[in-house]
Amino acid sequence: MSAAAPDLLQIDNLGKRFGGFVALESISLSVAPGERLGLIGPNGSGKSTLVNCICGTLHNEQGTVHFDGRKLDGLLAHQRTHLGLARSFQLPRPFVSLNLIDNIRIPLLYTVGARGRHHAANEIEDHCTGLLREVGLEAKARHLPRDLTQVEMRKLELARAMASEPKLLIADEAMAGLTHSEIEDILTLLVRLNEQGVTVILIEHIMRAVMSFSRRLVVLVSGKKIADGAPDDVMHDPEVERAYLGQ
Amino acid sequence: MIFSFDLLINALVSGILIGGFYAAVTCGVSLAFGILDIVNIAHPAFVILGSYVAYIVNATFGFDPILTAIVVMPAFYALGAAIYQVYYSAFEKHGQESLRGLAFFFGLLFITEVGLVLYFGVDYRYVDAAYIGPTLHLADVDLPLRILVPCLVSLLMIAVLQLILTRTFIGRAIMAVAQDQLALRLMAIDPVRIKRIAFGISIATASVAGALLIIIQPVEPSVGREYIGRVFAICVLGGMGSLPGAVVAAMLIGIFESLTSTFYGPSWAPAVSFGFLLLTLAVRPAGLMGR
Amino acid sequence: MRTPAFLAICLAVAAAVFGIALGFGNDYVFFAGYVVLQYVVLSTAWNILGGYCGYVNFGTAAFFALGAYSTVAIYKYSADNDVWALPIPVLMMIGGIVSGIVGFGMGYLTLRLRGAFFSIATLALAVVLETLVVNWDYVGGSRGAYVIRPEEIDPIGNYIRYLFLIMLLLAVAAITVARLIEHSRLGYGFATIRDDELAAEASGVPTLRLKLIATTISGVLMGMAGAPFPYYISYLQPDSTFGLDYAVNSIAMPLVGGTTSWVGPLIGAILLGSLQQIATVTISSAVNLLIVGLLLVGFVIVAPAGIIGLVHRYWQRKPEDFVGRRRIDAAAPGSAP
Repeated sequence: MSAAAPDLLQIDNLGKRFGGFVALESISLSVAPGERLGLIGPNGSGKSTLVNCICGTLHNEQGTVHFDGRKLDGLLAHQRTHLGLARSFQLPRPFVSLNLIDNIRIPLLYTVGARGRHHAANEIEDHCTGLLREVGLEAKARHLPRDLTQVEMRKLELARAMASEPKLLIADEAMAGLTHSEIEDILTLLVRLNEQGVTVILIEHIMRAVMSFSRRLVVLVSGKKIADGAPDDVMHDPEVERAYLGQ
Repeated sequence: MIFSFDLLINALVSGILIGGFYAAVTCGVSLAFGILDIVNIAHPAFVILGSYVAYIVNATFGFDPILTAIVVMPAFYALGAAIYQVYYSAFEKHGQESLRGLAFFFGLLFITEVGLVLYFGVDYRYVDAAYIGPTLHLADVDLPLRILVPCLVSLLMIAVLQLILTRTFIGRAIMAVAQDQLALRLMAIDPVRIKRIAFGISIATASVAGALLIIIQPVEPSVGREYIGRVFAICVLGGMGSLPGAVVAAMLIGIFESLTSTFYGPSWAPAVSFGFLLLTLAVRPAGLMGR
Repeated sequence: MRTPAFLAICLAVAAAVFGIALGFGNDYVFFAGYVVLQYVVLSTAWNILGGYCGYVNFGTAAFFALGAYSTVAIYKYSADNDVWALPIPVLMMIGGIVSGIVGFGMGYLTLRLRGAFFSIATLALAVVLETLVVNWDYVGGSRGAYVIRPEEIDPIGNYIRYLFLIMLLLAVAAITVARLIEHSRLGYGFATIRDDELAAEASGVPTLRLKLIATTISGVLMGMAGAPFPYYISYLQPDSTFGLDYAVNSIAMPLVGGTTSWVGPLIGAILLGSLQQIATVTISSAVNLLIVGLLLVGFVIVAPAGIIGLVHRYWQRKPEDFVGRRRIDAAAPGSAP
C-alpha cells in the first residue's frame, strides 16, 4: 500500500448521540481504496449507526467524514450514493411494489444515470438480469419481494447496492442465516467485486467469513473503536477478547 | 382598534378557559396519535357524536350532559375498541397504515358527520343546564360558568387520564407499547390488546369532550371540522404524547385565538391554530415540550 | 403504446363523448358532466402525489380554490377597469401557475416531515388559505363573488358546452401526464418513495426533489381545474369552495378506482362522480358524501387495490405476465399464484 494513495474513506472523530445515549464516541477510521475491511462488535455496539452516519441516513453531531477527497457534511444520502458510496441494509428494505428487476433498475436509473452514463432500455434490462444472476435470483426476476425467502431478500439487498456501481460497498450483516455454501457464494461475490476495484467494508458476526475475507479488522464495542489492525493481531488482542470474543 | 385593559384581561381569561376545554378534545388524540401513532382524524366527529348523545338525553330526560357523558363512556369505549380492531386487522398488521389507515379515518369522519346530518338535520342543537347562563364576576373579569365548568371538568379528566397512564399497570403498558412492542410481548402482554384498550379510552374521552362542547356552544354536525386542525396543532405543539404539554399548548392556542378574535375580528381566528401548526411543523416538529 | 398514439386515442374518445353529450339535446348533461370531468382531473392530480408517492394531501380544495379565486381576481380587475376578460385557457394557465407555486412552497416547508405530519400540514394550509381569502374583500370575502357567465362563445355557441369541452380537454391532458409519469424514470422514483423512502435515498433517488415535483404537478393540475369554476357556478362561496368535500372525493375516487395507475382515478371519478350526480337528483345532496364515505371505508378495508386490483384478481394473472412497467399493488392478496 503506497503512502501516496489517498484514503477513500476518512472518518475523523465521529460522534453520535440519541438524547442522552452516546451511540458513537470519537470514531476515527481510514479505509484505503481497494481494501477489504471487516467491522465486528457485539450487538448494539454502534456498527449500523456508524454506517448510517457515513451514508447520511443519520446525522452525526461530531466529527467529519471524507469520501474520495470530498467532505460529506451536509450531503444528503442520495448525493453520497452518487459519489460512489453504497450500503445494504441489515434488515432488508426492498421496494415491495416493484418486481426484482425493477428493484435493481432503480440504482441504475438514479445513480448510474445521474453520473451521466445513459444506457438504452434493453441494455438496462440485461444489466439488471445479469446482476440478479450473480446473486442467484435470476429465476425470480419478475416476482415481487414478498415471494422471496429471508435469505433471498438479503441477496437482493446486496445486488441492489452493487447496482449503483459503487467505489465503496458496505455490506451490513448480509450473511446472517445463510447456509455454509450460501456464505461461500456471497464471499466469492464480494471478493470478485473487490478484485474489480470496489472497496468493501464487511460487517458481520460470522467470524469464519470475516476472518477469511478481511485484510484488516476493526472492532467496535459500546460505541468506541477498541482495535484496528491485521485480523490475527486483533483477534489476540486481550481487550478484544475480553470485550467481544469472551462473551 | 381601541385598546382597553379590560378587554385584554377578558380575552386572556376566556382564552385560558376555552383552551382548557380544547385540551379535553385533544387528549384523545394525544393518546391515539401522540402515543400510539394512530392518525385518527375522525376524532372530532366522535366528539360531535358525544355532543348529540348529550343533547338527546338532555332534551328527552333533562339529565345533566356531563353526567350523561360519563355514563355513556363505556359505550364510546366499546366503539373505540371495535374501530381499532378493524384498523389493526385491515391496516396496521400489514404496514398499510399510512395511506389506507388515514383514508379509513377520513372516511369515518364523513360517515359520522353525514350520518348525524341525515338523522338530526343541520339545525343547531343545544342543552339546558343550571350552569349555562350565570356568569361569575371577579373584579373586572367575567367568568361565564358555561365555559368555566367545562374547563374545570376538562382539566379534571386529563388529570385522571394522566394518573391512569403513569400509575396504573395498563397505563404504563400503554406507554410501553409505544416504545417497545417486542419487550411487551416477551412479558406475555399482547400489544394489540393494549392498543385496543388505549384507543377505546381515547374515544371514551370524546364522549365527555362532546358534552362539554355542547355546553359551551350550540352544535351542528359540521362543527367538528374546525377542530381537526386545532386538535392536531395542539397535539404537535404540546409534544405529541404529553398530556401536560397538550394542556399548555391548548391554553396557548386558546389565548391566541381569543386575542386575535377580540382585536382583529373572529374571521381571522381559524388561521391562528392552523398557522401555529404550520409554523411548529416547519420549525420544530418535536413540539414545545419535545419528545 | 407511445404517448402520441395514446393522446390521439384519448382525443378521439373525448370527441365521441362530446358528440354523445350533444346528442342528448339537454344542457343538464353538460352541467353534470362538467362536475364528473372536474373530478377526473382532481383525482388524477391527487393520485400523482398520493397514489404514486404515498403522500396524502388533504388540501385539494385549497389548490382548487386558488385556481378559482385567481380567476375571480382577474375577472374583477377586468370588470373594474373595463378591460377584456381573459379567455379561459389563459385563466387556466394562470390558475395552474399560482397553485403550482403554492404547491411548491408548501412542499418545501412540509415534505421533510413524515407522511402523517405532511397530511396534517396540508389540512392546515387549506384553512390558512381559506381564512386569507375570506378576509380579502376584493374577491368578495365571506359574502362570495359573482361572476357573470357569458351566454355564448364562438364557435361552440352555448357557453356551458364550451366549459364542458375545456374540462374534457383538461381531463385528457391530466390522464396523459399521469401516464407519462408512470412510464418514465420519474414513475419508478415515485414508487420507491411510496415503498421505502430510506432505501430510495440509499439507492440514489433524490426523494425531496421528486416529492416537490409531484406536489407541484399535482397543484398545477388542481389549480387548472379550479380556474373555470367561477364561470361554471356563477356564484363562488368560500366555505363550499374550500370545503373538505373536495378532499374526500379526490381521495376516495383514486382509492376506489385503484391508486397504482392513471386508470384508477379515471374509473373512480366516473363511477363516484356519476353516482353522486344521480344521488343529488334522486335523493339528497347530503347522501352524496355518505356514499363517498362508505365506499371509501369499504374499499380501503376490503379491496385496498381498488377496482383495478379486483379486476386483476378476477383475471388471476400471474406476476410473470406483467412485464416491465406494470406494477402490481402489493396489498392485493391473491394476485400472485
